[in-house]
Amino acid sequence: MNEILLRHREIPNLDQLPIYRQNKGFVTFQRAVTSMKPDEVTEIVKASGLRGRGGAGFPTGMKWSFIDENNWPHYVTANADESEPGTFKDREIMESNPFQFLEGVMLCAYAIGAKVAYVYLRGEFWQLAAELDKHIEYLEREGLLGEKLFDTEYGLRIYTHIGAGAYICGEETAMLESLEGKLGQPRLRPPFPPSFGLYGKPTVVNNVETLTSVPLIVERGADWFRGFGTEKSPGTKIFSLSGNVERPGNYELPLGATFRELIFTHGGGIPGDRKIKAIMPAGASSSLIVADEKALDAPMDYENVPSVGAMLGSASIIVIDDSVSMDWLIKKTVRFFAHESCGKCTPCREGTYWMKHITERICGGGANWEDVILLNEVATGIKGKCLCALGDFATEAVTSSIERFRADFEAKAQPAPVSIETKVGAK
Amino acid sequence: MNALHQRYGEEIEGVLSKYPADQKRSAVMPLLYIAQREHGYVTREQLDQIGEILGISSTDVASIVGFYTLYHDGPGGKYRIQVCNDLPCALRGADEFLDQLCERLQVRPGGTTADGIVTVEDVMCLAACHRAPMFQVQSRTEITYHEDQTVDSAMLLVQGWRQGNG
Repeated sequence: MNEILLRHREIPNLDQLPIYRQNKGFVTFQRAVTSMKPDEVTEIVKASGLRGRGGAGFPTGMKWSFIDENNWPHYVTANADESEPGTFKDREIMESNPFQFLEGVMLCAYAIGAKVAYVYLRGEFWQLAAELDKHIEYLEREGLLGEKLFDTEYGLRIYTHIGAGAYICGEETAMLESLEGKLGQPRLRPPFPPSFGLYGKPTVVNNVETLTSVPLIVERGADWFRGFGTEKSPGTKIFSLSGNVERPGNYELPLGATFRELIFTHGGGIPGDRKIKAIMPAGASSSLIVADEKALDAPMDYENVPSVGAMLGSASIIVIDDSVSMDWLIKKTVRFFAHESCGKCTPCREGTYWMKHITERICGGGANWEDVILLNEVATGIKGKCLCALGDFATEAVTSSIERFRADFEAKAQPAPVSIETKVGAK
Repeated sequence: MNALHQRYGEEIEGVLSKYPADQKRSAVMPLLYIAQREHGYVTREQLDQIGEILGISSTDVASIVGFYTLYHDGPGGKYRIQVCNDLPCALRGADEFLDQLCERLQVRPGGTTADGIVTVEDVMCLAACHRAPMFQVQSRTEITYHEDQTVDSAMLLVQGWRQGNG
């Protein structure tokens, strides 16, 4: 089903403005600006139960309602810094369904009274930013962006801003710092962006997929949206499927669809005669789930993924087959986080560096079991001690794989003295 | 103002107009991209020029160059082949792809070919996990994606650059 976000797969040339308008495009935005109060837009989004699709799953309408009404101007910044290993959904949206995304930005801006919105794209999306600039110009020519829209007092400008290769800029306050021309390093929170955001002004930061969900919610209503997904996780979501799977790609499914449905029905299962071993549901930031029958039947939504030992996050499902050894896998994920740590918080900066060296040693076969214990201790020392979640993310695959795929490490790091073994088993 | 501003005045003013008048610093990243077009990396002189245009120190500008991976402070190949070998790509053969490409080009990751045409780098996730092996090519003026690649298809691209003068 491509009901909401990947509609371009059903409607050819939806990336062209006339076609988008033929499909009721910007009718909702015009109706909102001319006949709805900003709060009414927020209320619909709130009632829809839409939750942030960037990873944290925070209720979108609630975030909008937190905007500080006593401090102006307000800003919208769309987070198009998509950089989580395993995630490639926002890119498809912006390439193929760009006007629905932009209309989402516009509705959000109207709802919070912002007259300027920025789209922060990762630098690698250079071509995509150039395309979006053309679309924005087109909207200005058509009178859908600019001053005094539809003969009202409301006006809006959208600008693109491109980053230059830094995963951390996907963290909302690091993104704001980067947009201000500084190093992309997270801020201490609170205050949160709705009270102290871009240039110290109230700002809503939303992910591309979140914003792209908004136009149809406002057009068709909260009840319609709640017709998809589960009670606590309404709507559809794009699952980016990658790794050892026959048909990797983006799949839009209702929240609550099972891992089995995604991986085997849509993804075609595991190539060759291999068996599925593990699943990372939230990209490289994810804990490793043992892919047993219970896990495969678990619904992919915000409330149920934790019951099988991970988070849904941005729903970047990386499938791991039984040819993969976990010591190699965490060497990969740790290398990523060590490279991307912004350096602000010592536990993350130093801890990821040490984890990188230890995982390389284990994977290279030059480690003993004490190294595995040391690795686990370094990871535990990072967790919960940093300003943003990057430090925690760096540890998830490490600690979960040592706990759940212990044999892989035992095979690489002999011998395993009994006294130390007990220590690792302890929580 | 200065030489950089003289050469790209209209474009730089266009960039500055995106941000509030008292927040010029926001333009540092777009201005660095403009500067990098000239030599493929940012020179000391350009750091001073950008600092002057934005009213910030050259050190501040240099810190941005150092923090973000798409800016370079020294020369490399005319084309930088940036291969993603993060976990999802590696599960689809990106490590082997990178090794073989380096072997064919007779470079190590991070190195530049003897003719100065190509630098091969291993980079972090590029949001194309479903079409690995893949890489992006960063040149002075643009970044392009090349997905579902083989070593042969990559070498064909390199051959094209070499024939086109290099």
